[in-house]
Amino acid sequence: MLKLKNVVAGYGNIVALRGISLEVNEGEIITLIGANGAGKSTTLMTISGIVAAREGTITFLDQEIQNKSPETTVKMGLSQVPEGRHIFPQLTVQENLDMGAFLRRDADGIKKDMQNCFDLFPILARRRSQAGGTLSGGEQQMLAVARALMTRPKLLLLDEPSMGLAPLVIKQIFDIIKEINRERGVTVFLVEQNANQALQIADCGYVLENGTITLAGKAQDLLKNSDIRKAYLGI
Amino acid sequence: MDFDYQYFIELFASGLTKGSIYALIALGYTMVYGIVGLINFAHGEIYMIGAFVFFLASSLLTVLGLPLWAMICIATAASIFWAGGYGYTVEKIAYKPLRSAPRLSPLISAIGMSVFLQNYVMLGQTEKYLGFPEVIPEFDFLEPFATTFSSSDFVIWMTTVIVMLILTWIIKFTRTGKAMRATAQDRTMAELVGINVNRIISATFIIGSALAAVGGILISSHTGSIHYYIGFIAGIKAFTAAVLGGIGSIPGAVLGGLVLGMAESFATGYFSSAYEDVFAFSLLVLILIFRPAGLLGHAETEKV
Repeated sequence: MLKLKNVVAGYGNIVALRGISLEVNEGEIITLIGANGAGKSTTLMTISGIVAAREGTITFLDQEIQNKSPETTVKMGLSQVPEGRHIFPQLTVQENLDMGAFLRRDADGIKKDMQNCFDLFPILARRRSQAGGTLSGGEQQMLAVARALMTRPKLLLLDEPSMGLAPLVIKQIFDIIKEINRERGVTVFLVEQNANQALQIADCGYVLENGTITLAGKAQDLLKNSDIRKAYLGI
Repeated sequence: MDFDYQYFIELFASGLTKGSIYALIALGYTMVYGIVGLINFAHGEIYMIGAFVFFLASSLLTVLGLPLWAMICIATAASIFWAGGYGYTVEKIAYKPLRSAPRLSPLISAIGMSVFLQNYVMLGQTEKYLGFPEVIPEFDFLEPFATTFSSSDFVIWMTTVIVMLILTWIIKFTRTGKAMRATAQDRTMAELVGINVNRIISATFIIGSALAAVGGILISSHTGSIHYYIGFIAGIKAFTAAVLGGIGSIPGAVLGGLVLGMAESFATGYFSSAYEDVFAFSLLVLILIFRPAGLLGHAETEKV
């Protein structure tokens, strides 16, 4: 469904991705793990079209999308929940969700999806007319995921959804990611520092170090890999 | 000594008129600042150009012998359209290429644009003061108030209120308006939900310019003259109003405009007209010292 081939990207003189290749198959949960500054967020931003790919190709649904505008990638069914959630702080919860549906014109479908989001996250329905910036961290994460779902994604890119959240809330978020994947058939590309939790729900995993993929494989195998256990799981 | 109510109300009315115009222009500053973080110093010039276009169009239409109301409508539409076009072009030429440059560069570019447009109008039109047609008729039903305020004051207030209501509606409820707020609050995220940020920025410049054009027409008709330099002073004053109210805040721009207009009017009335600008800018200095974020502005608070 999504394929990166030798993608090089960066900011100014800094090269953040030194030719990475990876593949996401339809229906799966793929995770990309790595330390701070490894290039995880840059990978997602390059896929979305915010950061330009200097070399290499990105294929999504058989179309090359490197250096396509985010408007185009969102239209094609790629939706990202960026690191730090990026809720529009002064828009209400409802308006934040409206923004997720910005490119859609099907009023009925939007209404239905909005209801689905409220079913999935009942707390958001109660906070509907509250400003996004006043929500707690966990609620903001839920809103960010719900907003991304409002674009009707085929592939959901999630950047560190567990960041700064309490363990109980993290568990809740991961359960919902699983549900979105299993029950709604949305393919998930999950970027995480929390390697243990990410690998437990993922089908496959990639390890990113200093802008290069150093390891790839089935999530279950990676969980047992002794290097990974030492470096990322702290066991 | 008795308090002279009549005089007070007259000053209040003239303050309201000035304040309305400042508010109309200040909105353009504040909207653009909110969305691209730039003080568009060429904004005052757009206001001046709006007035000039109305002047030219109305002269032309008068020659053609159109009735007054038709002339006003067409000339106003032309002015709004033209000013919008200038706003759009100024952004594309002077600001867009500098969007990722250090903050000082677009500021210098804005000042350059302002000087350019002034001189362009001076050379292309005239450096003399021109008599502006009195497009606002005297209304009979305002006769009892004639000593307090004129019909043109009344029209300025009403137009300002209507324009504000339309603007509020656009920003609060329309798709573009919501996208404008989203872009102002978090540009990267706006892109990530598929908003074409360039288009939204252009829309902001066009709307701001249209408001300035309306202000330009109203005040020129009120004072009865235009000049290529009117945009500079009005622009600085409206900028003051925007900062006073809290730059980036839309209700703030309106409040700032009204406060500034009132302050000037009362200062002129009770002290001396020589002190008009002294009061306006003293107010700015005081606000910046004691409430740097402006009357309605708030320091950035964000939960992470």
